[in-house]
Amino acid sequence: MIEFRDVTKRFDDGTTAVNGLDLVVEAGTITVFVGPSGCGKTTSLRMVNRMLDPTSGTILVDGKDVLGVDPPTLRRGIGYVIQQAGLFPHRTVLDNVATVPLLTGWTRRKARARAAELLELVGLPAELGRRYPVQLSGGQQQRVGVARALAADPPVLLMDEPFSAVDPVVREGLQDELLRLQAELDKTIVFVTHDIDEAIRIGDKVAVMRTGGFLAQYAPPAVLLTRPADDFVANFVGKDRGYRSLSFVDSSGVEVAEVATVADGSAFESSPDWRLVVDADKRPQGWVAPDASVVPGGSLYEVGASIRGALDSALSSPSGLGVAVDAEGRLAGVVTARQVLDVIESRRG
Amino acid sequence: MIFAEAFAWLVDPANWSGGKSIPVRVGVHLLFCVGAVLGAALVAVPLGLFVGHTGRGSVVLVGGSNALRALPTLGLVTFLYLITGGGTVGVLIALIVLAVPPILAGTYAGIQDVDRGVVDAARGMGMTGTQRLWRVEVPNALPLLIGGLRNAMLQVVATASVAAYVGIETLGRPLLDGVRVLDYAQFVGGAILIALLAVALDAVLAGVGRLVVPAGVRLSARAGRTRSSRMQSRRRKSPVPVESGGSPA
Repeated sequence: MIEFRDVTKRFDDGTTAVNGLDLVVEAGTITVFVGPSGCGKTTSLRMVNRMLDPTSGTILVDGKDVLGVDPPTLRRGIGYVIQQAGLFPHRTVLDNVATVPLLTGWTRRKARARAAELLELVGLPAELGRRYPVQLSGGQQQRVGVARALAADPPVLLMDEPFSAVDPVVREGLQDELLRLQAELDKTIVFVTHDIDEAIRIGDKVAVMRTGGFLAQYAPPAVLLTRPADDFVANFVGKDRGYRSLSFVDSSGVEVAEVATVADGSAFESSPDWRLVVDADKRPQGWVAPDASVVPGGSLYEVGASIRGALDSALSSPSGLGVAVDAEGRLAGVVTARQVLDVIESRRG
Repeated sequence: MIFAEAFAWLVDPANWSGGKSIPVRVGVHLLFCVGAVLGAALVAVPLGLFVGHTGRGSVVLVGGSNALRALPTLGLVTFLYLITGGGTVGVLIALIVLAVPPILAGTYAGIQDVDRGVVDAARGMGMTGTQRLWRVEVPNALPLLIGGLRNAMLQVVATASVAAYVGIETLGRPLLDGVRVLDYAQFVGGAILIALLAVALDAVLAGVGRLVVPAGVRLSARAGRTRSSRMQSRRRKSPVPVESGGSPA
């Protein structure tokens, strides 16, 4: 657990980066600090491992005042991941990952063995360990950065815009990877980003900060989207927040109906109804229109997943029928947008 | 024509034995150069590391080394020769003074040029200031540091000739004698020897560089070069212009 108690940071040039921050980061959760530049999110993060010291106030990590621990010792016990990874160019990937274990006095052999385990954990092939950082892609470097931060198995992980320098597709992969790791490792993570979508995607709780170092709202992502504290937060979470908030509503209340199916490869005849094409395993392949032409299908959603997926499936389907599948991707049934909206309406009341 | 005469001078057996022979002068020249660069490194490297690492005193450092560069070498040699009562010490000190600025600039720029993210990560991992300096900053600063040594060496090799003015048997001797008696073969021959010595010493230092610069740093430097030539977006800050070896005196 990390606790900020009335923490203020004023720089020598007179700017106040953080203004009376009171906030508790629960153990075993991902807390995201998000906000425009100059809101103090990075400053707040950097005060946890004493890269900066607060002007006033107290920061406790697991009940201990960080100012009572000398910085190098404190930092060796806290994982630290930064933008563009900051890997040491002169060391191999393996030795980069072994940095903190070596600093805390492990033997080189043991530290390297641990580093090899971590490369595997973050999904990198072992032979990458012998390369140098410059020989890796941005996404790989960032994974090494995460592995390096985890090497000494610290309970707390600080991540300062770790994924903002990689392209959107790679970023999404890294976010998924982080969520997978977190499910496995159960760390207390503070994650700084300026990207509200990233915050909503990975945060158990999100702290929205505003310029001048004020905390605007600290809440789970669903609450941020449905009940923003003020206009600033509402604007910051952006357009489509009503639609996006459906990501946090499960679709279990939506009853699926049966639908006429035809086997893939058979001859199609015209008929008043749309029919779903399925393969031998009952996996949806597309639709047959009433005039017997074949049309590609819309998005699929998994039964019980978010209601946003169900609604999107119905809206994107050429037949107007959203297609639900089970965990193996086999047809479970179909829903209409009307049905989905009714469920949403009924939940509201 | 003149080169043929210079060559004849160079291979003349008379010039290869005795106290004023080519080998002796090359040896003396070499000793002065290596001594001066070593002496300068002893002063400039620690100072450059300190200023680069702490960021303290960089204004003084830049101003000070520019002032040193502005000193006229010949005047300095003569002055130090006079106040030290003659001999080699004055000349050596003058050459050291000349070699300090490029080494200082190379060391300081090398440390300053280490990616801020890398230094930040080193701190964040829990390295102490000293660990950060020796384990991260110095290995990454080596290419520029060695560049500074090479610049200093080139400059000192060229300038050690002036020691001949105060009677020391460096390779400046054939230059002075050649001019005085209008023996251009000797003059050009001496100049060729100085040039060869400069090239040889530079090659030695380049070889040292290849040995001590870590492979990862060499690879990044190469990648950085191709990247910045492909697109101009990568900004490289070079706080102190590293002087290239000129010919003072």
